Amino acid sequence: MSNFWSFWIISLTVLTLVGTIWLLFANRKSSYRSSQNGLNQAGEPPTTGHSHDGIEEYDNPLPAWWLNLFLGTILFSVIYLILFPGLGSFPGLLEWTQEKSWQSAVDTAERQFQQQFKALSQTSIAELAQNKEAMRMGQRLFANNCAACHGSNARGAVGFPNLTDDAWLWGGSAEAIKTSIADGRTGSMPAWGSILNDEQITQVTDYVVSLSSTENTSESTEGKTVFQTYCAACHGAEGQGMTALGAPDLTDTVWLYGGNPEAVRASIEFGRSGKMPAHKPLISAEKIHILSAYVYSLSN
Amino acid sequence: MSESIQPAAETPTAAKPDFKPDYNYKIVKQFTIMTVVWGVVGMAVGVLIAAQLAWPQLNFDLPWISFGRLRPLHTNAVIFAFGGCALFACSLFVVQRTCQTRLISDRLASFVFWGWQLVILLAAISLPLGYTSGKEYAELEWPIDILITIVWVGYAIVFFGTIVKRRTSHIYVANWFFGAFIITVAVLHIVNSMAIPVTATKSYSVFAGTIDAMVQWWYGHNAVGFFLTAGFLGIMYYFVPKQAERPVYSYRLSIVHFWALISIYIWAGPHHLHYTALPDWAQSLGMIMSLILLAPSWGGMINGIMTLSGAWNKLRTDPVLRFLIVSLSFYGMSTFEGPMMSIKSVNALSHYTDWTIGHVHSGALGWVAMVSIGAVYHLVPVIFAQPAMYSVAWINIHFWLSTIGTVLYISSMWVNGLMQGLMWRAYNADGTLTYSFIESVQASYPGYVCRFIGGAIFFAGMVLMAYNVWKTITQPSDQGASRLDNTYTKPAAQGV
Repeated sequence: MSNFWSFWIISLTVLTLVGTIWLLFANRKSSYRSSQNGLNQAGEPPTTGHSHDGIEEYDNPLPAWWLNLFLGTILFSVIYLILFPGLGSFPGLLEWTQEKSWQSAVDTAERQFQQQFKALSQTSIAELAQNKEAMRMGQRLFANNCAACHGSNARGAVGFPNLTDDAWLWGGSAEAIKTSIADGRTGSMPAWGSILNDEQITQVTDYVVSLSSTENTSESTEGKTVFQTYCAACHGAEGQGMTALGAPDLTDTVWLYGGNPEAVRASIEFGRSGKMPAHKPLISAEKIHILSAYVYSLSN
Repeated sequence: MSESIQPAAETPTAAKPDFKPDYNYKIVKQFTIMTVVWGVVGMAVGVLIAAQLAWPQLNFDLPWISFGRLRPLHTNAVIFAFGGCALFACSLFVVQRTCQTRLISDRLASFVFWGWQLVILLAAISLPLGYTSGKEYAELEWPIDILITIVWVGYAIVFFGTIVKRRTSHIYVANWFFGAFIITVAVLHIVNSMAIPVTATKSYSVFAGTIDAMVQWWYGHNAVGFFLTAGFLGIMYYFVPKQAERPVYSYRLSIVHFWALISIYIWAGPHHLHYTALPDWAQSLGMIMSLILLAPSWGGMINGIMTLSGAWNKLRTDPVLRFLIVSLSFYGMSTFEGPMMSIKSVNALSHYTDWTIGHVHSGALGWVAMVSIGAVYHLVPVIFAQPAMYSVAWINIHFWLSTIGTVLYISSMWVNGLMQGLMWRAYNADGTLTYSFIESVQASYPGYVCRFIGGAIFFAGMVLMAYNVWKTITQPSDQGASRLDNTYTKPAAQGV
């Protein structure tokens, strides 16, 4: 803040406060008072003598308790402005800032809770998944950090994987889960609408739907040809998927974006992209470790 | 000086026996009717969105009636349509009566009425269609903003022009408040709505980032301070002494609290941005000025309520007066609550919770709506030349519906707000948060249902009022135009 603006702010603030105090004292004495105790012969306070559409005004003094309340809040404010930032670039005697205050709260919390997390982070994920106390902590971490997308019961939603089943886009091992949480994942299904013609899309949609169908549908050979040419590279020759690429298994009944023909067709034609954000920058390594164990425990 | 306590309705005409008031009541009638109409409409939308928060299925998956679009429609309808029409009606009535002169221009007044109704109509169309500038309480897009500015300038000319050619020596305190409200709202509206248009329906604010947020809340809080407080204090300063037939308690208190209120309110905006990117110094100044604001705000309450001293018994028989006095009590309560919530450590708990919604509605329902309702019940018989409202018993029922509705509404939001604030900050022995956000939403459900019931009760009162006003206007007038300048006939005279 430049000196000019600092001076500007200080001047306006002081002017407002001083002006208010002047206003209060300037109006303490009556200019209409007709007798010593402020009452007229009829025992009523004097009026100003104005009449507006029949409305008159008494000239009662400012109530003392109200005046004191007013002055009290001003006094509080003056003290506050001496102690805390407020008057332009004057930082206040306490040198308080909201950033410092936040940092000290974070530091206190770190000191207080670090030990508990440190102790648990020495245990392996599989072992930790059996530890009831650790899993209670994991559940709370999950509720605060993961539930917004994956749901508070971890069953996911359209576009957000269910973490309680055995289908894993990127692998369900303890290490794979930890990597997914710490570094995030970016899944990308390209849009085939500009490469395949309408007939081919219909054929391959039918084929993909038939892969997981329990009914013995007539398997279209044209669809299979298209699949082998364009899809097998990621989803595998049998449509079993590939965890290295996050390409889903198409033969099971688990569908991230829906398994009905319309949804499958939309996935093929327009593509899909999924993003699991990296949590390393957001929460400590110890918490990621416990969280991994919790997610691992959901399906193991 | 003993005559000073007489109900002084005759004083002005007695002083000038040849004076025949020829006020423009047409404009007052128009705005009064629309106050009732928009009150019913705006609160109906409020009840609907309250129900949507409890039962989300009521969004019906239709964008036009989804909560996100109807919420600004509700706020605009109750603040600017209902509250605005009440302010226009009362200010244009009061300025004529207390200046003892007709409005300077009937045509300009008429332009203000139709212009304002057009603004409301355009808001009612554009907001559900999704056109918004994204600024709270200033959502309307730039062409409507320009129309508002033009109408407002017309209003200022009519109001101040009438003050200039007044036939009285002094300007009554109600008119100070109306004047401050008109000038400041013009400044707030113009500065906050400054934007660069891209198309006819889309614009971008000229401010960016933190400055945009600060300008928005400088506007937002002073919309509360000058539109919903100063303007309605103007209403209070006429209708309370008039209805109570008592002199205003203290002229000096009026002076002090008027100047203190308008010079300190303008600082209070930053308390909406505590613990954000707003610099610390601005947050501090916003907080201390909000605290100092307590006394000037209460000045209006003291002056209103103490005006009744010596005539408390009137509260037993006159439900209109009861509306006015209870509105002042809610005003005092929310202007105490506001400064408390602006204290940073209290704000850390209350901010972003339903407590804020409760606070707003104790002001909006308890103060703004109830003082307007009281004023309308006073106005209607006077301007429509009727001896009294069609049914005083219905006014009484309306009073209780309003009071119970408001209390249910605000107490459910207090409970919800405190609970949410405490749930969000609760943490376990291991430092993890005890609750996820969704759990606080789930826990809020009973409060949402309660709030819906409270709102529905308040709304029921508004419907009753609309019917009462309709019956009053359409009943045969037995006294005709001769009653035009008579004061309100007290319900006691009607055998209630």
